[in-house]
Amino acid sequence: MSVKALPALKINRTLLTLVNRQELILMAMICAGLAGAYQLSPTFLDPTKQVYLSSKIWDLAILSVPMTLIILTGGIDLSVGSAGALSAVVFGLLYNAHVPIWIGCLVGIGAGTLCGAFNGWFVAYVRVHPLIVTLATLAAFRGIAVGISHAQAYSGFPDWFTNIGQGSVGGFPIPGLFFIAVLVVGLWAMGKTPIGVVISAIGFNQNASKFSGIPVERIKFALYTLSGTAAGIAAILYVSWRNTAKADMFGDMALNVITAVILGGTSIFGGRGRLFGTVLGIILIHETREFLSWQWDRNELNSIVIGGMLIVSVLADSLFNLKRR
Amino acid sequence: MRIHTCIVPIFAAVGIVLGAGCGNHGQTASTSTTGVNTKSGKMLNIFMLPKKKGLAYFTSCSEGAAEAAKDLGDVNFVYDGPSDGSPDEAASLLETWNLKGADAICVSVNDPSVLSPPMKAAEKQGTHILTFDADGDKDSREFFVDQATSEQIGDALVDGMAKDIGGPDPAGKVAIITATLTAANQNEWIDFMKKRLAKYPKLQLVAIKPCNEDQALAFQVTQDLLKTYPDLKGIFGISSVSFPGAAEAVKQAGMSGKVLVTGLSTPNDMKKYVADGTVKSVILWNTKDLGYLTVYAAEAVATGKLKPGATTFHAGRLGNKVVDGDKILLGNILVFNKDNINKYNF
Repeated sequence: MSVKALPALKINRTLLTLVNRQELILMAMICAGLAGAYQLSPTFLDPTKQVYLSSKIWDLAILSVPMTLIILTGGIDLSVGSAGALSAVVFGLLYNAHVPIWIGCLVGIGAGTLCGAFNGWFVAYVRVHPLIVTLATLAAFRGIAVGISHAQAYSGFPDWFTNIGQGSVGGFPIPGLFFIAVLVVGLWAMGKTPIGVVISAIGFNQNASKFSGIPVERIKFALYTLSGTAAGIAAILYVSWRNTAKADMFGDMALNVITAVILGGTSIFGGRGRLFGTVLGIILIHETREFLSWQWDRNELNSIVIGGMLIVSVLADSLFNLKRR
Repeated sequence: MRIHTCIVPIFAAVGIVLGAGCGNHGQTASTSTTGVNTKSGKMLNIFMLPKKKGLAYFTSCSEGAAEAAKDLGDVNFVYDGPSDGSPDEAASLLETWNLKGADAICVSVNDPSVLSPPMKAAEKQGTHILTFDADGDKDSREFFVDQATSEQIGDALVDGMAKDIGGPDPAGKVAIITATLTAANQNEWIDFMKKRLAKYPKLQLVAIKPCNEDQALAFQVTQDLLKTYPDLKGIFGISSVSFPGAAEAVKQAGMSGKVLVTGLSTPNDMKKYVADGTVKSVILWNTKDLGYLTVYAAEAVATGKLKPGATTFHAGRLGNKVVDGDKILLGNILVFNKDNINKYNF
């Protein structure tokens, strides 16, 4: 290698550490998709419209941060939607019982946290496969939510509370600020603390991690618990945005969140993935979903496309893993 | 790496199941409007948002609405709604339509507290909002297309029951099975029913029970009523869910004809009970005409033909309709009985 080629190589390397191949592909897909959308309907890309449409994605975005970390450890949390619904219903019940709203919020988020801790305990200490644990709690939390609310919807919250979910600061929706806060914490923990390396290590090889002194159980327990907390926060924001709390909300949340994470390049087998990719995955899913209902008034296309995206990205991931073996 | 190779199909399967379970809100009847921005153009984009898509009641509304769009000629009509009946899904649809440049959106309001904010926001941006079937907050829409006044409905229900029981001075115990104890529509009807019952002093209202819009619960509640009041003469099922539930319970108890059931529902749901004598009359309005009138009104509002303060307006084949303040009245109750019910298919 000549000396002249070296700087170029260096730039390439830094570029590669900033964005990996999957992320480059995603960015290209997003750009191509948006360009296509612009061709079909230029008004779709109107900034004010995009800001307005973004209100539909913040709950999913918040949940995708802990989900990325969980999937990095080789785990999964299918129950986020149900845990969120339970949080919302607990909040609604308390509001109906004339408990001050801020206490209701805290107890609601607490309920979500408890749901997460329950998952975490089973996964980390009882060592049941997370797919089974959270599939069971997916049904159970939802059942509890329906049971304690008698399938009733709570609404009619005061304006100052709904302004949190519906309002914006300097043109930016408030729930979006919550997402950015969660994302920044996630990026900081993954980048500036040993947690990032440790989590990936668990995903790569749990036994090896354990023997090298990583508190695998504690970390897993904490991650599932945090996922529950995030579900609680997302649920309260949703209630505030839509002014309604009910047991059947967040029905397809787990599907959408997991799709965003996997699409973003996090390996379903754990060990490999980044929050930056997840953000790209969220953008791709969101824009696809919104454009489909914008352009064709056929919302059933949404679930088909999202399901398809999930399968394709899982297939791509397993092919990639085969190659590396 | 065995585990990995089996996780992929499991995961895909879970994904498919979740995806299938969440195949929310789709789309049936629509003439194509694709992302057009025609606030100033010739064609008007009029959207209709039912409480729940797939219910026979709203489907027949949409048929009438599509017919009106055809008669008018300058309307792109789109009908879509949440297939799970959730008000927040309805709010999302409404917001997207507004951003797309709808000229008018006609809403059957499921929950005013959820739908009012997006409805008001849309109005602020120049989209005309009308309600039909179920009204929302007064300041969230310009007009409400009212199928029938609560008084007309209450009177028709009580008169129908009195006629079915028969005799110059109908007598006996009657009960009401309502949707939920907080449903605004139903509570208003019940108030007028109570007033009308005074006309028949020997009809005694013994119970008002909710069924929470659950047909199985309506069935259960009716069975309990039959046990508690063995001499019960009539049951009012005043929602499209409680009515068939009550009729089925009476039929299975072998009380058809002895305990008369009447109420509000679509003819198709009630045909078999009318045929076997459990139900003598079904009270409703012409839902097709309701959809027709709604789209005519929306077009008139969007083109400026219908303004606040008007007292009548011309609605195509329905002729001139009365405008009472901010309400447009469809205003004719339709009673289905064994003679005419088979003429209707919705």
